[in-house]
Amino acid sequence: MDIKTILMIIVSMVFINNFILSKFLGLCPFLGVSRNIKPALSMGLAVIFVMTLSSIITWLVYRFLLLPLNITYLRTIVFILVIATFVQFVEMFILKKSPALYRTLGIYLPLITTNCAVLGVTVLNINNFFVNNKPVEFSFIYSIIQGFFAGIGFTLALLLMSGIRERLLLNDTPACFRDLPIAFIVASLMSLGFMGFSGFNF
Amino acid sequence: MVKNNLWQEFSKGLFKENPIFYIVLGLCPTLAITTSIENALGMSGAVIFVLTFSNVVISAIRKFVPEKIRIPCFIVIIASFVTITELLMQGYFPILVKHLGIFLPLIVVNCIIMGRAEAFAKNNKIIPSLLDGLGMGMGFSLAIILIAGIREFLGTGKILGRIVFRCFSPSFVFVLPPGALLTLGILIALFTRIKKR
Repeated sequence: MDIKTILMIIVSMVFINNFILSKFLGLCPFLGVSRNIKPALSMGLAVIFVMTLSSIITWLVYRFLLLPLNITYLRTIVFILVIATFVQFVEMFILKKSPALYRTLGIYLPLITTNCAVLGVTVLNINNFFVNNKPVEFSFIYSIIQGFFAGIGFTLALLLMSGIRERLLLNDTPACFRDLPIAFIVASLMSLGFMGFSGFNF
Repeated sequence: MVKNNLWQEFSKGLFKENPIFYIVLGLCPTLAITTSIENALGMSGAVIFVLTFSNVVISAIRKFVPEKIRIPCFIVIIASFVTITELLMQGYFPILVKHLGIFLPLIVVNCIIMGRAEAFAKNNKIIPSLLDGLGMGMGFSLAIILIAGIREFLGTGKILGRIVFRCFSPSFVFVLPPGALLTLGILIALFTRIKKR
C-alpha cells in the first residue's frame, strides 16, 4: 500500500472526478436539499456515513459471497438490497441511540437509498479494485477510502451550491429561470471551475 | 371515452408531464450519457424496457404486496429487469455497454422508475400502467435525445457521427460536464416559459 495511490484516490474523488460536478451522480438530492446550508450539511454527513459503511459491506458481500458462488451478475440486485436494508437499520439504530442526531439526519436517511451516488460508489469500487474477478492488493482499504472521500466530495459540492443558492434568492433573475434552471447554470459554472483540477497528476 | 383516457395516460408523459423538463426526475443518466445521440438512444431503449415492464409487474401484484414492505419489493422487481437489460445489452451491444458504463446498472435508482411505481402503477390496472410506463419512457427518451442532439452538434459539429456544416467550429465544452448542466438549465427555462404561455 503506497501513499501515492491513496493520495490519488483522494484528490480524484474530491476534486477531479467529483461525484456531482463531473460524474453526475446524486443530482436529485443535490438540487433538492441545496436551498439552505443547514439541511445541506446534514445531508452531506448522512451521505458520507452511508457511503463509507456501504462500501465496506458491499465489498465483503462481493468478495465472500458473490465471487465464490459465481453469481456476480446478481451484483446490482444484491447491492441495492444491502444498501436499502442497511439504511433502514441505521435509521432504527440512530432513533434509539441518539434522538438528537436523528432529528438532524432522520428525514434524509430514507432519501439516500435512492441516491445513485451510493450505489454508484459501490459499483465503482468493484470495477476499480477487482481485476478479472480477483481483488487487487489492499483493495479493501482502497474501497473504504474511495467511499469516504466520494462522500466528502459530494458534501463539498453540496455546501458550495447551497451557499450560492442562498444568495441567489436575493438576485433578480428572469421569471422562467427562477429556482431550478438558474441552479443548473450555477452548477455548470462550478463544474467548469472544478475542471481546472483535471490537470493534476501524481 | 375509455379509449380517450388510455390515450391520455400514454401522451401525458410525452409533453405535459415530461419527466425531465417538468417533473425534473432521473437527472443523473440524463446528463451523464447525453454526449452523443447514439448513447442517448441506447439509454432510451433500456429505460423504456425497464419502466414498462416494471410498471406492468408492479401493477399486477399490487393487491398482494403489503403496504409496509412495498418499496423493497418494487426495488427487487426493478433490479431484476435492469439485470436482464444489462445481460441482453452485453450480449448484443457490447460497445454501447462500454459507453454507458456504470449508468446501466444505475437505472435501478433512476427516480423516474421508482416514481412511476409509487405514483401510478401501485394504484392502477395493468393496461393503464403499461401505457403510463411507455409514455413516460418515451417522454424521457425524447428529452434525452433532444439534449444529446444539442450537445453533440454544438460540441463536435456532428449529428449521429456525421459532420453537418463545414464552416462551423464546435466548442468542445458542450461535450464536457459543464455543457450538460448549461444545456439542461436553458432547456428547462425554455419549457417553463412555453408552459406559462
